[in-house]
Amino acid sequence: MNKVKYTKRGNMGYLYIFPWILGFLIFQLYPLGASLYYSFTEYNITGTPTFVGFKNYITMFSSDLLFYTSLGNTLKYVFLSLPMKIITALIVAVILNQKLKGINFYRTVYYIPSIFGGSVAISILWRFLFMDGGLVNRMLNGLGMTSVPWLSSPNYSLFTLSLLSVWQFGSSMVLFLAALKQVPEDLYEAALIDGAGAVRMFFKITLPMITSVLFFNILMQLVNAFQDFTGAFVITNGGPLNSTYLYALKLYDEAFKYFKMGYASALSWVLFVIILIFTAIFFRFSEAATYYEDGGDF
Amino acid sequence: MSGKEKKYILTFITHLAMILIGIVMLYPLIWMLFSAFKTNAEIFGSTALLPAEPVWDSFIKGWKGTGKVTYTQFYINTFKLVIPTVLFTVFSCSFVAYGFARFRFRGKKILFMLMISTLMLPNSVLIIPRYILYNKLGWLNSYLPFTIPALFACYPFFIYMMVQFFRGLPIALDEAASIDGCNTFQVYWTILLPLTKPALFSAAIFQFIWTWNDFFNSLIYINSVRKFPIVLALRMSLDATAAANWNQVLAMSVLSLLPGTILFFSAQKYFVEGVSAGSVKG
Repeated sequence: MNKVKYTKRGNMGYLYIFPWILGFLIFQLYPLGASLYYSFTEYNITGTPTFVGFKNYITMFSSDLLFYTSLGNTLKYVFLSLPMKIITALIVAVILNQKLKGINFYRTVYYIPSIFGGSVAISILWRFLFMDGGLVNRMLNGLGMTSVPWLSSPNYSLFTLSLLSVWQFGSSMVLFLAALKQVPEDLYEAALIDGAGAVRMFFKITLPMITSVLFFNILMQLVNAFQDFTGAFVITNGGPLNSTYLYALKLYDEAFKYFKMGYASALSWVLFVIILIFTAIFFRFSEAATYYEDGGDF
Repeated sequence: MSGKEKKYILTFITHLAMILIGIVMLYPLIWMLFSAFKTNAEIFGSTALLPAEPVWDSFIKGWKGTGKVTYTQFYINTFKLVIPTVLFTVFSCSFVAYGFARFRFRGKKILFMLMISTLMLPNSVLIIPRYILYNKLGWLNSYLPFTIPALFACYPFFIYMMVQFFRGLPIALDEAASIDGCNTFQVYWTILLPLTKPALFSAAIFQFIWTWNDFFNSLIYINSVRKFPIVLALRMSLDATAAANWNQVLAMSVLSLLPGTILFFSAQKYFVEGVSAGSVKG
């Protein structure tokens, strides 16, 4: 009797999650399926989609040089910005976690760039800071150094965009700090008695204890970094010489400049699969690491 | 050197390093603020932080915008886009979170996992069919592509955050209220919702700042200048002024960050709570 009553009440839950179910179907599941379908069509939005089989994918891989350029740039961008960002966030979080006075103040200060980092205003600022006669170069000149073509040379432009991403390490740092607070104090005390040094404690205690947050951080940043758009679009508009022409810009051009919806959908699915592959590799890796945490040294 | 002295020196060095990092982090923003009050010649003529002769006309001229539309209009547009989106998001997500947190029904676990996994779903792969759909519905060049999806709780991050929050509230509250004759909606609306204010605030602030700064979606969905939110106006001013009016562009950039800054500092507590509860973009 009790059980029946409970289930009846429990079923009310469907009513409450119904908006999400609808939203999921209309704004997530349907678009996901539709873009897969469109990727096998030619579709310039005014007409109707015509089925062309694998043509879009074949064109992309066989004759679209800009596809390769944008993919290469994006991989470079991801592997340049992501490690710098995560490592900076982790180091700063570990330092702040040393019962430092004023931790709340520092945390706030470091977090500020993360709030506005993706905005157009900050992209404009970045352009003003790093252009040839910009503030950074004038400061370098003031110190007796030569100017660096931060944005005007293809050798530096992608790096300068990555700096904008690294500058926003605050959000990852806050997550690390929350995780570090959960690490039991007595682990460090025990290690100290055993004569372990700070570096050893970091690798043997801290890092294993926060692996899940570390992986979550990397994964979320990875998914975001693959899709970064605003900086490359506003600061450099893909240039110079396509050196900052990221995948998201390519996707934008095909879809909303040339209205090649079928081709752009194919591009989006290739990106999706790439992200999935990275995620899968990552999960395998993280399972191995988590196993160590559970069945390892302590 | 005694252990205590060593510790003092170490603490001192740590603080020094933290302050240096802090300066590097904030200097660009401070420079932007002061440069908005500099003359165009001075912005790229000197490395001094403070303006030699502060000017105001960068704000006045900048506000006039480019073409016939002023920033008054751009601000109104932005609020028209952001406010409903924020309100709809907060209420729909809280409603759904209540369902996940307080009821046991068949398939809940799978649905919850599904909801969380959409956190990883790249927006790029959804954007084209959405655009085509909104085009068919006649929603392009309006704020409906922002506000309507917000009604359907399409933000797993906020749902997750609020589920966590609901779980922290004692179930005895619900039981006492339902003994008093409250139905499940009354329990939600009159008992639990007021208690989840911190989570609601936190979600509202995040959503406000993200929507306010959302450039990509504005770029593809809004195409007439009269309907531009601030982010598009800023980018337009950057194109239009080319080399001439740096200080106006900076002045408007500063103003565009102002509402978010005020929110951040007035509700910092909620911010950090929110970030710590789950993940965060950017």
